Amino acid sequence: MQRMVFQRIIIGIVTLWVVSILVFVGTSILPGDVAEIVLGQTATPESLAAYRAERGLDQPMYMQYASWLGGMFTGDLGTSKAGGASIASLIGGRFGNTMLLAGVVALISVPMSIVLGLLAAMYPGTWIDRILTFGTLSLISVPEFFIATFMVLIFAVNLNWLPAIAHMSPEDSFWQTIGGMAMPLITLIIVVAAQMIRMTRAGILNVMNSPYIEMAILKGVRRKRIILRHAFYNAIGPIVNVVALNLAYLVSGVVIVETIFAYPGLAKLMIDGVQTRDLPLVQACAMIFCGTYVILIIMADVAAILSNPRLRNPK
Amino acid sequence: MTDATANTEETTIYDELPDAPPKKKLTLTWVGKLGVTVVVFWLVMVFVGPYIAPFHEADIIAYDSYMPILSTTEGEGFHLLGTDYIERDLFSRILWGARTTIGIAFTATLLAYLVGVSLGIAAAVAGGWVDVSLSRVNDAIISLPSIMLGLLAVNAFGSSIPTLIMTAGAIYAASVFRIARALGQDIMVMDFVEAARVRGESMRWIIFREVLPNAAMPLATDFGLRLVFVVLFISSLSFLGLGIQPPMADWGSMVRQNLDGLGYGSYAAVWPALAIATFTISINLIVDDISASSGGSLAKKMI
Amino acid sequence: MTELLEVRDLKIEAPQKDGPAIPIVKGVSFDVKAGEVVALIGESGSGKTTISLGSLGYTKPGLEFSGGSISLHGNDILSMSNNDLRSLRGQKVAYLAQSAAATFNPAITIGEQVTESAVLHGVMTQEEASERATELYHALELPDPELLGNRYPHQVSGGQLQRLMAAMALVGRPDLLVLDEPTTALDVTTQIEVLKAFKKVIQEEGSAAIYVTHDLAVVAQIADHIVVLYSGEVQEQGPVDQIINNPQHPYTKRLMAAAHSGPKPGMGDKLSGDHDKDVANIEVKDMTAGYGEIKNGKPAITVLRDINMSVKNGHVVGVIGESGCGKSTLARVIAGLLPPAQGEVILDGTTLKGSYKQRSKVDLQKVQFVYQMADTALNPKQLIGEILGRPVEMFEGLHGKKKREKVAELLRMVELPIEFENRYPAELSGGQKQRVNLARSLAAKPEIMLCDEVTSALDSIVGSNVVKLLKRLRDLTGVSFMFITHDLSTVAAFADEIVVLYAGRIVEQGPVDQVLSPPFHPYTRLLISSVPEMKIGWLEETMEKREMAVGIARGVEITAVGCPFYNRCPIAIDGTCNTKTPPVHEPVPGHQISCHHSLEEISAIESAPQQILHGFEKAAPDDDSVRA
Repeated sequence: MQRMVFQRIIIGIVTLWVVSILVFVGTSILPGDVAEIVLGQTATPESLAAYRAERGLDQPMYMQYASWLGGMFTGDLGTSKAGGASIASLIGGRFGNTMLLAGVVALISVPMSIVLGLLAAMYPGTWIDRILTFGTLSLISVPEFFIATFMVLIFAVNLNWLPAIAHMSPEDSFWQTIGGMAMPLITLIIVVAAQMIRMTRAGILNVMNSPYIEMAILKGVRRKRIILRHAFYNAIGPIVNVVALNLAYLVSGVVIVETIFAYPGLAKLMIDGVQTRDLPLVQACAMIFCGTYVILIIMADVAAILSNPRLRNPK
Repeated sequence: MTDATANTEETTIYDELPDAPPKKKLTLTWVGKLGVTVVVFWLVMVFVGPYIAPFHEADIIAYDSYMPILSTTEGEGFHLLGTDYIERDLFSRILWGARTTIGIAFTATLLAYLVGVSLGIAAAVAGGWVDVSLSRVNDAIISLPSIMLGLLAVNAFGSSIPTLIMTAGAIYAASVFRIARALGQDIMVMDFVEAARVRGESMRWIIFREVLPNAAMPLATDFGLRLVFVVLFISSLSFLGLGIQPPMADWGSMVRQNLDGLGYGSYAAVWPALAIATFTISINLIVDDISASSGGSLAKKMI
Repeated sequence: MTELLEVRDLKIEAPQKDGPAIPIVKGVSFDVKAGEVVALIGESGSGKTTISLGSLGYTKPGLEFSGGSISLHGNDILSMSNNDLRSLRGQKVAYLAQSAAATFNPAITIGEQVTESAVLHGVMTQEEASERATELYHALELPDPELLGNRYPHQVSGGQLQRLMAAMALVGRPDLLVLDEPTTALDVTTQIEVLKAFKKVIQEEGSAAIYVTHDLAVVAQIADHIVVLYSGEVQEQGPVDQIINNPQHPYTKRLMAAAHSGPKPGMGDKLSGDHDKDVANIEVKDMTAGYGEIKNGKPAITVLRDINMSVKNGHVVGVIGESGCGKSTLARVIAGLLPPAQGEVILDGTTLKGSYKQRSKVDLQKVQFVYQMADTALNPKQLIGEILGRPVEMFEGLHGKKKREKVAELLRMVELPIEFENRYPAELSGGQKQRVNLARSLAAKPEIMLCDEVTSALDSIVGSNVVKLLKRLRDLTGVSFMFITHDLSTVAAFADEIVVLYAGRIVEQGPVDQVLSPPFHPYTRLLISSVPEMKIGWLEETMEKREMAVGIARGVEITAVGCPFYNRCPIAIDGTCNTKTPPVHEPVPGHQISCHHSLEEISAIESAPQQILHGFEKAAPDDDSVRA
């Protein structure tokens, strides 16, 4: 079992390495010369050359990659091309905001989704299942911006309960912060929960086709116990996987939500970085997103291995 | 009694009984049928929409922006769904937008399938280092958030329809690869594939005659889901202003452009959003209906 | 005796979305008296499982009750409320499924699953239930009864799980047990052990039972009353003695005719002149094979060791052994699907390349492998005509009309109508698919066909028809067969020679009549005496014999040194059998037995009075004296 966990971690590290190449090459194809962008139209050839030499931009591609990768390991994310500020400091605050948003959404949506998913699986074909199935299906079928817009329409425009734009200030108390984040929070909870409810239900129903479930029915075991004791324990692997995927999405895929609500998160920072051709910034953000994804997926796989009684209790 | 061959009482009354009840034909419930109707409607609109639309997508004709539904511009015509933020007929733009949105999404999904299925099946059939390297690169692509990749591509290559199709195709090829590879691996271990190999069949035969026909049905179902993702992806890019460029009509950018109208009580942003929703929900309803008929029946036996 | 369960005119059907419902059970009536075992017998599709589940008020998804009644103690089960149904299931009526491995939840300990229903129904407390479970483990002769409950299902063997399922059913002291083919998936030596345990507890507990099976010999051991079913209708019912010894209905007679009787010498056909050739067609020399990386001629996991055998031209060689003994691997090595680590495979005097990838087209054509499961061996998306046409095209170069004629000829050879060429495999029954599977191999015009358990998944009547077909094909084409099976009776009736494999090694081989008559290798003897005979009381007689008591209690262990059968052998010599490779005796030319005992010793032991052991004596290392 330890061998499997170890193997999984190695695969994750290899994936991260491939990701770093992709990110580095991928961002390098962005058009425009960094030195020209930073120094502007008026820059002299000499100053451009000096800038390039200072930043190592005159080196061959693989050298640049090596020094960049080395920087990543030592925590030196480089300096932002645009402002000259350290990227670590730029990202720091934003990363905190994103983690706060993702954390609160996860805390609410994960338990809620699992409970609702189990409920739908427990009463398949009944009205509660139908409502949940159709409701979540509709929610995953429409773009996030649609849901976000509706939230604004209902809570900000019609009811006037919540601010349409997220406002974050360091002086805010925790509850003020949460209040300021309310709209992106609600939107993300809806989007993420819809997906997780569906996958939890599907994961349980998939296990429900097993002969041991039929045996439990024939032993006169109650519905609730069949779902919670017999099915759920065997569906933990796939459910954890879905949760991990959705958490990864929360950290990285929330561009739209952050844009609509002007939430100062990491995704927004990266968009700005792309538009200003701030390569080091874009690369750092991309590595954070991919790293989060890979780490979460490894954790999900490890959890699945650990929850497998065959692997946990060898013969 | 002991020797089977000695039994001469061969009666034909006791035929060998069939193993299982005859295969069920695929039947959709009314929900699934409704989904098919809506999807077919939009697919027809992809082809005929621009011809039956009262106005051209770029025509600025009305007196006023954000006109309500069922209003009329004298001398020009009737606006079934009102007008948008720069006085264009919304109904016409939605009909034109069907072609852009669905057309691009469909082409991109086809591309994703072409690339994803070829590589996925190749990885499954070849195995070894081909499989390992393709899978690692694929994992890396999947780990990058799709909107970010789109953003990068649009910034690098500019926002044009071919770029959009290539980008969406490349991003979603990664998830198609995963599914095709998994399906391919399941089929490759079947005895009939081994029998074909031992017979000395070529790779070509094995892929096209043994593996692909058996992967076709699950891939077709997945195509529907993938198409939904691509529609949502392209709409989201358009919503960010990175997708289809004006004056072409597409549902995603139409929502963004008319968003401000919501503040003035205009529903101009709602109609294109509904167009997206009807199309994607309908596809999902069909897919759900197909998969529902094959599972979960034991769960209904719980008491 | 009073009526415990009354089934009256029971009807169960499969409703269709479009069109009328398909009847599955068409008005079946029978009774189960208290303390009585009623067997429902029939082939697959006869509705026997569906009826037995009906006594729990349950139908499989897609089926529903459409008429008649089932009453337990006079209460109608079909009109019960959900609450009553729940307490009926598991408490009053308990179910034992065919495959215990699939029926135990992998994520829950055995103890919790065994006691679950009794505790949930409030019959007893957790402590009482656990105590009773431990008692039952003892009664069922399960190893380590005190700690067994803490283990997970994957940690015990298949035969043990099957007995654990009996414990699970019996914990709550149900009035009626429903046993659905509980021994069908087991090896003969395991089957007899499980059967013995079932019979014992059923008698001790005094509970009534419905026993569902297609195996008449098993029924003869355990049932009091037999109900013969065909296509959802009762054909004949009566006391076990009458049905077994004096069947009336033609269908019952047919079932009896197809049923296996114990393997005896002289059941096979005499070799005819042109059939009997002495030239070796396939020869296997000093072959060792297995899975994983091969280092110094040794695979990571050795499955077969030092195999020497041959199949003469036009002969049928039966390869028998329990599951996991390596018999399928042997065929896969010969077919080139698994290259051997050592040794060689010789076809018509020339050594074949290890892997099929390196073999010539002619070699591939001459050696054909026939898969066990026609369901996975035939591509579901190809028409039968394409499945058969392709090898014709590839090996004979025939196209168009000639190819179609050849396909028609092949279908005729396997006794299928020509119209089948336009059907998909899913439209055929199990036996028909197996015939297509055989026809595909025949299409290559092979010299030898390696048949891997081709009748194992089929019902007795269908299976015996397939064997009849194989005999005809042998006579018609002169093709040699390697017939792999765990069913000795089929081999006795079909093969010319037998190879007995145990834990990857050949323990005995030779002409069929020689192997089936003394002197026996102890393992062969165990196998032969484990095959149930259609004789009431056979089980008790057999269990008196001592090799059963030792042989069945222990699992297969694959060893590198000594005799592979050492740890299950009733006459093993400690210090010799577990350290030295046994010598080969040849009582008559061509008949080989690998054993440390001399032939005289083996014969002497066989005629000596039997001493009953119980099998666990050898589990304790300090208890070795018992064996000597």
